[in-house]
Amino acid sequence: MSPADPTPPPAGAPPLGPGTGTFAPRPGAAPLPRMIAAQTALETRLLLRHGEQLLLTVVIPALALLLFATVDILALPDAGSTAERTGFLAPGVLALAAFATAFTGQAIATGYERRYGVLKRLGATPLPRWGLLAGKTGAVLVTLALQSLLLIAIALALGWSPEPGGAPAALLLLLLGTTAFSALGLLMAGTLRAEATLAGANLVFVVLLLCGDVIVPLENFPGPVREVLGLLPLTALADGLRRVLQEGGSPPWGSLAVLAVWAVAATAAAARAFRWE
Amino acid sequence: MTSEAAVRITGLVKRYGRTTAVDGLDLTVRRETVTAVLGPNGAGKTTTLETCEGYRRPDAGTVRVLGLDPMARGGGLRARIGVMPQHGGGYPGARAMELLRHAARLHAHPLPVPELAERLGLGSCGRTPYRRLSGGQRQRLALAMAVVGRPELVFLDEPTAGLDPQARRAVWGLVRQLRADGVTVVLTTHFMDEAEELADRVAIIDDGRLIAEGTPAGLCRGGGDSLRFAGRPGLDLAALRSALPLGSGVDEPTPGLYRVTGEVTPHLLATVTAWCAQHGVLPDRITTRRHTLEDVFLELTGKELRP
Repeated sequence: MSPADPTPPPAGAPPLGPGTGTFAPRPGAAPLPRMIAAQTALETRLLLRHGEQLLLTVVIPALALLLFATVDILALPDAGSTAERTGFLAPGVLALAAFATAFTGQAIATGYERRYGVLKRLGATPLPRWGLLAGKTGAVLVTLALQSLLLIAIALALGWSPEPGGAPAALLLLLLGTTAFSALGLLMAGTLRAEATLAGANLVFVVLLLCGDVIVPLENFPGPVREVLGLLPLTALADGLRRVLQEGGSPPWGSLAVLAVWAVAATAAAARAFRWE
Repeated sequence: MTSEAAVRITGLVKRYGRTTAVDGLDLTVRRETVTAVLGPNGAGKTTTLETCEGYRRPDAGTVRVLGLDPMARGGGLRARIGVMPQHGGGYPGARAMELLRHAARLHAHPLPVPELAERLGLGSCGRTPYRRLSGGQRQRLALAMAVVGRPELVFLDEPTAGLDPQARRAVWGLVRQLRADGVTVVLTTHFMDEAEELADRVAIIDDGRLIAEGTPAGLCRGGGDSLRFAGRPGLDLAALRSALPLGSGVDEPTPGLYRVTGEVTPHLLATVTAWCAQHGVLPDRITTRRHTLEDVFLELTGKELRP
């Protein structure tokens, strides 16, 4: 009913002109694997570009490893040399970095994405909700691999000599732990306000850095407290990694069981309680 | 398939707690048309759109979009519709072009991204993170993201709110072209000129109900049109009155000022000037004023401010 647009198209802009049929409907979702790959690529780029997150997920664990391994601040049992201290610290720091990426970083980022309507907006695209979560999981796993390689390289440079036979069990522990951390992070991001998530996730990070068997050995805590701390997922992961990488013994069934319970419970709770808006 | 309505809403009710946002709304949108949904703040426009988009489950009534239930068949439907929300929706740290390219990748046959960005003036801010884009840039990006997947039907919630006049024209041009290319457009707006310019059909909503629906011209017809002129006081209006079409009238509210009421048409103006010529009257300051959509809107929804 209206005449053609009186405004001429901007100079140099080709095409999309009136009457070209450019916008003629041709709807359709991209194939599912392509959508998930695109979502994973975007989430990974954003995660690796985010300065504050890298501070938490890479810089703090790396510095903790370097500082506490080279300077004898902590009274570690039977650990007089840098290499011996690294032997205690490296598994804990690997666990801490996984926790920072999968729980703290993911909770904060997702909390703000929810607050800013990103999750809602993506809900109007062909990408299914589980595809969004798959993309986030993919980004966490890529980051986890990169940060683990970096931390392992630092630890090896400090003289760490882990048991190679413990690698498969360590990988299983890391994957199970990451599942539990991710689900806990999404549970927090999907239920609390973004500011509360920011504060809470950072607080939990600091508390567990100190009490999660990462740099302070669990034995230093009084008995009853130690029992409770031992049931936390970060403690279970750190302890399990230490056992398989230091002692190379049988799979740490206790740690695996604690992590499995956390993973199942947190995933179920997140699936029930997560609010997209 | 194509004879079916793009959107068919019957008896829609949506409540938030004790507030009833939509209260028995009926609305049908025909395919390949532009429909403007008008209404004061809080009238239920956004809730209605979000129900069509599959975000809200109706408390009562039915909503069919392209023949599908947006809640039940959300997955299949989402690939066929484009959505421009009222606020936000971008990853704060993602760059503008990154977001547009990402939206394109989620579709099977997307529009060429660089051309679309150029068309909406997004070329210069392509590398700017979303959180640093201006309000107008965010609006244009959201519009680009809504159409990039070549949807059959797009929902645009206040597409030109906060835009400068140039950007508004660009958006209007795009909406016209969408329509010309066969896309159905449903938009909300507070700009009456926008509805008059773009819409085939206008739906006015207030208190969660449809209170008027029709073409912009149809809604404006009759009502408050008027033609005024000044002349000698005390003219004999009987001959003019009998020459006027049915439904029109003429009076002299103040001496020397005449008012002809009824639908203003070229024929009405000719009748008045012919009468003036026959009676030796030189009409001074002759003005016509047509009833605008804004007049209709204010008559229907009142002039009080909304809470």
